Amino acid sequence: MSEATTQAAEPQTVADGGERIGRKLLEVKDLAVSFGGIKAVAGLSFQVHEGEIVSVIGPNGAGKTSAFNCISGFYRPNQGSVVFDGEPITRKKPSYITKKGMARTFQNVRLFKEMTVLENVKTGMHSHLGQNVLDAMLHTPRYRRSEEQCTEDARGWLDFVNFRADDELLVTQLPYGEQRRVEIARALATQPKLLLLDEPGAGLNHNEKNELMGLIRKIRDLGVGIVLIEHDMGLVMEISERIVVLNYGKEIADGTPEQIKQDPVVIAAYLGEEEEEG
Amino acid sequence: MATSTPRLQAPKPFIERPPAITGILAPDRFMKLVALVLFVGALVLPFITATPYIISILTSAMIYIVLAMGLNVVVGYAGLLDLGYIAFMAVGAYTSGILTTQFGLSMLETLPFVVLACIIAGVIIGGPTLRLRSDYLAIVTLGFGEIIRITANNLKVTGGPSGIHGIPTWSFFGWSFADGLDIAGIHFGPKILFYYFVLIVGIGVAVIAVARLGKGKLGRAWKSVRDDEDVSEAMGINGYVTKLMAYIIGAIWGGFAGTLMAGHLSAISPNSFEFLYSALVLMAVVLGGMGSTPGVIIGALFVSLAPEFLREFSEWRFLLFGVLLVVAMIFRPRGIWPANAVLPFLKKREIPQVPATEAVGVLGEDELAAIDEADEEEKR
Repeated sequence: MSEATTQAAEPQTVADGGERIGRKLLEVKDLAVSFGGIKAVAGLSFQVHEGEIVSVIGPNGAGKTSAFNCISGFYRPNQGSVVFDGEPITRKKPSYITKKGMARTFQNVRLFKEMTVLENVKTGMHSHLGQNVLDAMLHTPRYRRSEEQCTEDARGWLDFVNFRADDELLVTQLPYGEQRRVEIARALATQPKLLLLDEPGAGLNHNEKNELMGLIRKIRDLGVGIVLIEHDMGLVMEISERIVVLNYGKEIADGTPEQIKQDPVVIAAYLGEEEEEG
Repeated sequence: MATSTPRLQAPKPFIERPPAITGILAPDRFMKLVALVLFVGALVLPFITATPYIISILTSAMIYIVLAMGLNVVVGYAGLLDLGYIAFMAVGAYTSGILTTQFGLSMLETLPFVVLACIIAGVIIGGPTLRLRSDYLAIVTLGFGEIIRITANNLKVTGGPSGIHGIPTWSFFGWSFADGLDIAGIHFGPKILFYYFVLIVGIGVAVIAVARLGKGKLGRAWKSVRDDEDVSEAMGINGYVTKLMAYIIGAIWGGFAGTLMAGHLSAISPNSFEFLYSALVLMAVVLGGMGSTPGVIIGALFVSLAPEFLREFSEWRFLLFGVLLVVAMIFRPRGIWPANAVLPFLKKREIPQVPATEAVGVLGEDELAAIDEADEEEKR
């Protein structure tokens, strides 16, 4: 949990998590969702444990984001079940799921545009703030305490993700890389047990990607389970403990990075696909 | 649950930040000072000029400010377009009007009923419709506004088209504004007392309360729903409940303004709650700056006072009023005083310059080298 342990990220590919990996957090079974006649996800099953990084990869349109949306409650799956931290959450509202401890980021950075960086991160703490309408109107001591604590926590998370710009700027005034960081800080502010990252590396340069890897490991070392959608194979192979491969909504492989690299089905899906689709 | 994982604790901030701005030119403090000066100015004003006309239009203007602050919660903070907001004012005005003239309650005693009626009205209109988004919601609220007006027009208890007359002014435990008040040899007439009442309770309490709400937990939830409803859900915010709260608080403010208006005019009729007035209040919010307290106050003053200043143009005045509005929206599309706007001469925060090399701060040098090594190994 402390700063010291977060710096101890393994530089090499992690195949076995050892004792760091804890209890089972998320169990997805036979998940399927379709829109009209199109089966976006057709039978996806995987598990995530505390302190584990699992990547979901697949060609464009393979159903990765749809799967994320089903897990986090934005879509209602047609079949299958999602159990999170021992509780079935298959048809619960996204806000309920977040309160239970699952946070997510979005494929295209989606920050609250009319709010400052600090307000964005504070919004993530919504469910953990003990203040009510009257407190806010009257500025009771309880309100002041909770706002002060909230500001400090928000700054703590911003420092944690290595945000370096001014936190009272509007988010639209920030460069793209910083916006990505704010989004991760905001997700962390919900105090998640499991973090879903939807293409966190998209649009980042080489340096920023390296830094992102460090950050993801740092979050993992806090004991948070991480599910990652990513296109950058270098990044995925580098930090994942396990990889789930999707193609046309179907799960075609699940294994360690070494197993996935050599899996003939995966290779066929990636190479064969590109020729067909041009 | 004992078995569940402990929640994450936020790390302590470890980066030094520029100190908070102090002094008279700090934006927050400066605005509070301006507000105080204006408030004192409004307190002193009746001593300078106290013609019934001036006091009357200023009282109306302040009631408009209360009304606009209520709509600011719905439209400015929560981003829900409400085209029938004046209906809540009607609910408040009629509730207190009926209870005072027919049941003999004093204005103060009607207040709990007004709040209750407005909460019910807010839930009735909000409950089933808040699942709708933007345009659809606007149309439903438009319909709601008309339903309330037409109902008031046709019921016996509301006095039909002629409305309710002879509504008493506010009274407190037997003492009424109508009795007047003598302090140190100066006589305060009922209208002036009511002016002070609206100034202190309406502006002093209603405006500050809404401005503060906008900065707290609920305010952030509202703004997040306005900016991106899906993401707001992903932050653990129940969008439906949050929007309903905006509706209820907006309704209470509207009802309170209605009660003030009933006491001010002593007569209400369905004509006072036509769509035009919904549009005018909405205009006050949009013209002033959505979600911005100073903006909404300016907007409400403009909307309520401009027609008075343009009176000498007689029948041309609403045309001129319209032209002024169009011009204002062309030159200030985000409102006269947008939210987040800061006066240019006030102190700005220092923005720390980030050295470019620091961008790779999370990984140490060794770790970076190790990653590079691993990359090269892979290539081989």
